[in-house]
Amino acid sequence: MPSNPEGAPLQCPASHRRAAPQPFQVSLAADHLAVRDALRTILAQVVAHIPADDAGTLELLLAEILNNIVEHGSVPAQAAPITVSVDLQKHALACEVCDPGIALPEHLLVAPPPTAAPYGDHLPEGGFGWPLIHDLAHNLTYRRAAGRNRLSFNLPLTRGPSHH
Amino acid sequence: MDLKTESHENTLWVHLDEPRLDAAVALRFKDNMRDICLPHYHRIMLDMSAVTFLDSSGLGALVAVMKSLSKDQTLELAAPSFNVSKVLRLTRMDTVFTIHATLADARAAGGFDAVQS
Repeated sequence: MPSNPEGAPLQCPASHRRAAPQPFQVSLAADHLAVRDALRTILAQVVAHIPADDAGTLELLLAEILNNIVEHGSVPAQAAPITVSVDLQKHALACEVCDPGIALPEHLLVAPPPTAAPYGDHLPEGGFGWPLIHDLAHNLTYRRAAGRNRLSFNLPLTRGPSHH
Repeated sequence: MDLKTESHENTLWVHLDEPRLDAAVALRFKDNMRDICLPHYHRIMLDMSAVTFLDSSGLGALVAVMKSLSKDQTLELAAPSFNVSKVLRLTRMDTVFTIHATLADARAAGGFDAVQS
């Protein structure tokens, strides 16, 4: 850790400063361990450029979307892989997840109404995923084309990318 | 799935030494917890300080473990990280679980320090 006696903003030396990554894409098979690997790869690309809170939100959002595909998408074993595209823009992350699974049921794309706090024997053991996605994603958009689902969203950054 | 346990009278401490409680391990976590949360432990303290990532499947497993306990058993969460706390808050499960912000808080609440000194 560099010492910082003046309380001046810490700055990386120019030689260590990295430009924001170009838009990139990660491909993965439809299983939970592949999701873990893909999340690690994606986070490693963006973590130096966005606030830690936003990195945590991105990881959660993508985990929920990808795990839904793994668990409910009925992706055929020989199908083309799932792809995640990530574009780090000045004030937001723009992402698109594309998968060859069955069409997404339309009702999942409508944000659920707020529910009363859960309690007692009525506690749900599942169904947390889509409410989280609707809570965290902005401009959630769904298209079905050529046998593939395309789900895109934005994640506004709580401040600009750290290299600006 | 690495669960280390220590017990004292009616309290069972479970240290979850995994960085992720997610869809890849949720089922194994649930099964292992059901095996170790024996009926004579009235208080299950789950040390989550090592967990940096919780998803909806991991959360579902936590709820399932809690629901599998008997009426006189409780599951309490100790030292959840920032990201774990965020998931608990967004899903309103922070109102369902007893949550101790730090391990010291949990030990104090469990009467652990008093017994040991």
